Amino acid sequence: MTDDKDVLRDVWFGRIPTCFTLYQDEITEREAEPYYLLLPRISYLTLVTDKVKKHFQKVMRQEEINEIWFEYEGTPLKWHYPIGLLFDLHASNTALPWNITVHFKNFPEKDLLHCHSKDVIEAHFMACIKEADALKHKSQVINEMQKKDHKQLWMGLQNDKFEQFWAINRKLMEYPPEDNGFRYIPFRIYQATTERPFIQKLFRPIASGGQLHTLGDLLKDVCPSAITPEDGEKKTQIMIHGIEPMLETPIQWLSEHMSYPDNFLHISIIPRPTD
Amino acid sequence: MAMSSSLLWAVDIFGRVYTLSTVGQHWELCKDTQLEFKRVSAVKQCCWGIACDHQVYTYVFSGDVPIRYQEETYENQRWNPVGGFCEKLLPSDRWQWSDVSGLKHQQLDSFTLPSPHWEWESDWYVDENIGGEPTEKGGWTYAIDFPSTYTKDKKWNSCVRRRRWIRYRRYKSRDIWAKIVSRDDPDQLPDPFNDISIGGWEITDEPLGRLSVWAVSLQGRVWYRENVCHHNPEGSMWSLITTPGEVVQISCGPYDLLWATLWEGQAIVREGIDRNNPQGISWSIVESPSSENGIMHVSVGVDVVWCVTKDRKVWFRRGVNSHNPCGTSWIEMVGDMMMVNVGLNNQVWGIGCDDRAIYFRQGVTPSELSGKTWKAIVCGRESDRSQTGSSTSLLSAGCFFTDDIQNQTNAVIPGDADTSSDTDLPSIPTYLANTPPMGAAASGSGSSAGNQTAEICANLTVDPLDSDQGEANVASTGNKKSHLESLKSTNPNPSAELQWTNIDLKEAQKHPVLSVSTFAETSSLSSLGMFSVGTEEQYGADEHPLWAWVSGGGCLVDLHSPLKWFTVSSGLSSSVQSLSLSITPAQTAAWRKQIFQQLSERTKRELENFRHYEQAVEQSVWVKTGMLQWWRNWKPHKWMDVRVALEQFTGSDGMRDSILFVYYMYHEEKKYIHVFLNEVTIIVDVLNEAKHSFALYTPERTKQRWPIRLAATTEQEMNDWLSLLNMSCCESRRIQGPPSHHAIWSVTCKGDIFVSEPSPELEAGPHLMPCDQMFWRQVGGHLRLIECNNQGIVWGIGYDHTAWVYTGGYGGGFIQGLASSADNIYTQSDVKCVYIYENQRWNPVTGYSSRGLPTDRYMWSDASGLQECTKVNTKPPSPQWTWVSDWYIDFSTSGGTDREGWQYAADFPASYHGHKTMKDFVRRRRWARKCKIVTSGPWLEVPPVTLWDISIIPSSDAVDEESVALWAISDKGDVLCRLGVTQQNPAGTSWLHVGTDQPFISISIGAFYQVWAVARDGSAFYRGSVSPKKPAGDCWYHIPSPQKQKLKQVSVGRTSVFVLDKNGNLWYRQGITPSYPQGSTWDYVSNNIRKMSVGPLDQVWVIADKVQGSHSLSCGTVCHRTGVQPMEPKGLSWDYGIGGGWEHITVRGNATEASRVAMQDTSEENSAVSKDLEENESKGRAEHSKTPLMVSESQDLDRSAVNC
Repeated sequence: MTDDKDVLRDVWFGRIPTCFTLYQDEITEREAEPYYLLLPRISYLTLVTDKVKKHFQKVMRQEEINEIWFEYEGTPLKWHYPIGLLFDLHASNTALPWNITVHFKNFPEKDLLHCHSKDVIEAHFMACIKEADALKHKSQVINEMQKKDHKQLWMGLQNDKFEQFWAINRKLMEYPPEDNGFRYIPFRIYQATTERPFIQKLFRPIASGGQLHTLGDLLKDVCPSAITPEDGEKKTQIMIHGIEPMLETPIQWLSEHMSYPDNFLHISIIPRPTD
Repeated sequence: MAMSSSLLWAVDIFGRVYTLSTVGQHWELCKDTQLEFKRVSAVKQCCWGIACDHQVYTYVFSGDVPIRYQEETYENQRWNPVGGFCEKLLPSDRWQWSDVSGLKHQQLDSFTLPSPHWEWESDWYVDENIGGEPTEKGGWTYAIDFPSTYTKDKKWNSCVRRRRWIRYRRYKSRDIWAKIVSRDDPDQLPDPFNDISIGGWEITDEPLGRLSVWAVSLQGRVWYRENVCHHNPEGSMWSLITTPGEVVQISCGPYDLLWATLWEGQAIVREGIDRNNPQGISWSIVESPSSENGIMHVSVGVDVVWCVTKDRKVWFRRGVNSHNPCGTSWIEMVGDMMMVNVGLNNQVWGIGCDDRAIYFRQGVTPSELSGKTWKAIVCGRESDRSQTGSSTSLLSAGCFFTDDIQNQTNAVIPGDADTSSDTDLPSIPTYLANTPPMGAAASGSGSSAGNQTAEICANLTVDPLDSDQGEANVASTGNKKSHLESLKSTNPNPSAELQWTNIDLKEAQKHPVLSVSTFAETSSLSSLGMFSVGTEEQYGADEHPLWAWVSGGGCLVDLHSPLKWFTVSSGLSSSVQSLSLSITPAQTAAWRKQIFQQLSERTKRELENFRHYEQAVEQSVWVKTGMLQWWRNWKPHKWMDVRVALEQFTGSDGMRDSILFVYYMYHEEKKYIHVFLNEVTIIVDVLNEAKHSFALYTPERTKQRWPIRLAATTEQEMNDWLSLLNMSCCESRRIQGPPSHHAIWSVTCKGDIFVSEPSPELEAGPHLMPCDQMFWRQVGGHLRLIECNNQGIVWGIGYDHTAWVYTGGYGGGFIQGLASSADNIYTQSDVKCVYIYENQRWNPVTGYSSRGLPTDRYMWSDASGLQECTKVNTKPPSPQWTWVSDWYIDFSTSGGTDREGWQYAADFPASYHGHKTMKDFVRRRRWARKCKIVTSGPWLEVPPVTLWDISIIPSSDAVDEESVALWAISDKGDVLCRLGVTQQNPAGTSWLHVGTDQPFISISIGAFYQVWAVARDGSAFYRGSVSPKKPAGDCWYHIPSPQKQKLKQVSVGRTSVFVLDKNGNLWYRQGITPSYPQGSTWDYVSNNIRKMSVGPLDQVWVIADKVQGSHSLSCGTVCHRTGVQPMEPKGLSWDYGIGGGWEHITVRGNATEASRVAMQDTSEENSAVSKDLEENESKGRAEHSKTPLMVSESQDLDRSAVNC
């Protein structure tokens, strides 16, 4: 029977086939061919697109090159969101490969953060992990770790090393035996249609009676409009890592097995495709 | 002991006996509820108690193995010329019917059952098996005269003969309270009893299950029950023990502590209890800790004593040990208790003074015997659970109904006088609640009032429920006897009973189960709506049971085992935690399945057509380095510090390769050795007291018997490396997940478990795969042997004889994190003994002394005498083991010992015997100490029977639902069949006992249900007519052993039967045909064999005793018999595999049949193979079908060789 540990592997090794095309208004010396790449769902755009940058910079003039940024169908893609989240949120039910447009000019200051080096990504990543552990364990586990453990988490993500990463991350997924789960579940709910970036609230995985809360309980609590069917039909899809878990799935299990490497459950609520 | 559950016993204030299991969450009512009890005293296998009639009862747990006792008598006859052999004996002869010595008259009909709790299994029958050999019909043995040596052959000068008659009686009163019947002289008959305590099982091992039972009578006298043991559970008689005063209470510990409380308030302590004198010799007095308040209650453990004084204060006695059972002083403890009880492991239980709850003393450890704090047990009774829901209450309601509803007139609504019954019974219908006389009458006293209220009750109940009575009658089902009886009796005042202040229950009348009687009067639940069904309903849903007595003597609380007694269980989450092997509901949950499914769909969708895309992140080399120690290659061999690096690189095809480098300094020069991990065949822990070391083998190194040995400074570091190397090796061979059904399992002498996946070339094909190329990976756990079949049913037996079944997981032990499966790894523990010897030589001046000759062995040594092992410097086998007992004299050394444990011999070394003769100048005494390991692995315990050997049928067709035949031998030698074993439920359901006349030691079942076994006297037996319809067969056929050898193991494959004798010789049974499955003769195959296993392809694998490698000798090597074919079942020669240090192997899972084409080449190949091996091994091997295994006596033992 498939083990829970296989879920961890599937989540880690998820890949999205992407086609990068240079924005037509960018000034090039030669024709820029599109660049095809398999992007890890669990990583960040600016971390894994060195090859893309190199490829397009070859055909451009030196002085035209500024900070690279990406956009999909007019929407600038926030690099500090994991790639899988961006795809699920914006392009989930479209045909593959995912077509991303590459820009070097006119950086949209209002929509995107700057990312000058890998250190910025690392700082953001570690900040997310720390925030998640604050919710799960009151920061006890992350503070007990040494600097080299923190480094190993980042190196594991950067080099796509599953065992290296999970050797440390499993400690962040444990909880004391007298509890039946984490203190609070680190999650963020994203909706492409709303104004605010995401919903994040305090939510306990175990009810006072001892039962496990489910995904449905979470959504009912923080975002009821998403799941109450109007006209009797479900209008939305609840997507995590490209799949739609059943609403009965225990949220504690989801947090342990389907969080992103930053230990957050990034959940997308998208309109259901009508076909 | 392993992680089995044990029971805490308690008696509530109504006299009902409950047990609470260490893996359970609710108190369960004892199975036999006929009597009310005052006191109970429990041990693991049974419980003794004093019931309200002041008589002593014993409760023996039923098990699959019956308690049987063999009675025997001899029929003697003398030959005379007139009548031949007949009963006419000479006047000087012994009795015609006598015991074995001839001195006692024992006629057949003079045998009676010792008590009503025994029954005869069958009639008398003649014993036809004398000393392992079958006799002629009639079972007669002949001799010249009485007494003499008897033989089964009638000689010309045999003038007398005798035969033995046997009959078995069986103890039948199991799982019920059996009254101890007193046959004693009425003058000396013990008066009614007041208190009882059992213990003393640690004093000696003989006879089996020996217990000391102490009781105190109402007149203050102390009695000791003689001869209580496993096959005599009731004991024989009471002996009076004089005491210096009147005794009111007594407590007996597992070993030699016995304390009692006197009426005046002091305690008395029994001195002189030991193996030869379990009753002790004399008493000493210990004063109470406080002068105003005498001691009221005392309880002892192995070396702790607790007491409660009359002011309910609790005290702990300091300084108690075997030499000073009185201790030195009292320390006051926090807590107000009615009583305390010391259980196993010195754990302490108490009953609170105010709330009558049971408390557990938390924090009792060997270094902190007084513990830290009291914690209340809050779990409720099983019946309390079903509080709501009319449907459930209806279901359990049925059992309270009787056939004659009329009797409920005696019932009374219970209720405290003050705490209004209204509040406790939330849904009392108005017509009952509005009758004030209920409560008022109840607060009166005496049975007349009770009757009156009962009448009122009856009137009330009859009227409104009239219409429903018809229903009630129909709805009634069979009732438990106790409820019937209680309904019939008159009911004394309930409220008065609730105001008890002392521990004793009120006697005189049988107490009804109050709530039940109340309940029974509500003849139809539906009319009452929700009515709580709990047996103590007057307490409502929140209140806990009130306890009167607790006994922890059978309850083992481990520091490792979490107890669920201190929190209230709620909801599904806590009850879901089950230790059963069947798939838990959580695993098959729909949401989980959907996630797996969706993930694989997603992978298909997002990856399938795009595999040609480039990966965004490059794979690179990953290195783990560390500092370890290495056993260097050149002489003098010793450990040296080296740097070790494991490099993993990913090739372009995505496949990973790993190399292990060991960098060292050789005469100022930097050198290194390297190993490709895909060549490593096994990584094995090496036994070493001081270092955490392990060995790496490749096929080449296996041949040389010279692995790479590495050691780490800490256990954690070694486990990290072992884990990583194991994972990398498995990865490089594309092995992951649990072992297949065809795996070959083996166990080292250290108890580690290794498993190998056989390739089809292992047993068949033109080129047999050499043994030394087999890859072994480790599975967590610690066992002595493992048996399997080819359907994935695998069982193991630990050193402490616990039976384990394989859960289908992988990993455990040191294998951490992701290489280990999630759900089916459980904690496993094992206990074994370490032995040292105390040696002495006799000299004419001082007799035996520890001063020996200069050439003698050390005074304290190991078995060989060559290594010094004292009590102080002997450590457990490796740092993973911890001591769990102190050093004790081992009286069960082979050869026998005298009363102090000494065995004698003419000189060191020689054969030792238990009695001293004139020629014995040396003696030795064996000391043993138990050590325990706690690890984890994919094993679940199968309680309760402890096993010695096991065999599972290697079935060729895998039919799922059919049950699989599994035979086993318990550690007492009983032969058992496991019923209900299937692939879904490999643990089976129950044991079926197969009778034998003597203990057995080995058993094996072949593919066609041939069952062969070896008895303790070394003879072989065949079980006839075993089939799926008749799993236990019908009778045993005795098979003579080869050449007077004593056998020790048998193994049956598909059709081949092989046996191993105690001298290491392997024999094959010739002449087996379908019509004559017992065969005709034994053929010698080889010597030098320690253990063997025959598989479903009739393949033969053994553990050889000594095999010579080019670099060193190894003891305990896996070897494969090559050349085994249908025409040549004994095979031709041997192939050598991993070793030394191996203890056990089983190949009965490997039924992978490769195509048997080109078998005619095999014989040539075999001689080629054997030629190859000859280059590597030393001479002395004949090109003969009866090739002996390698033995070389001259090679000096390389101490560092991997051996036991």
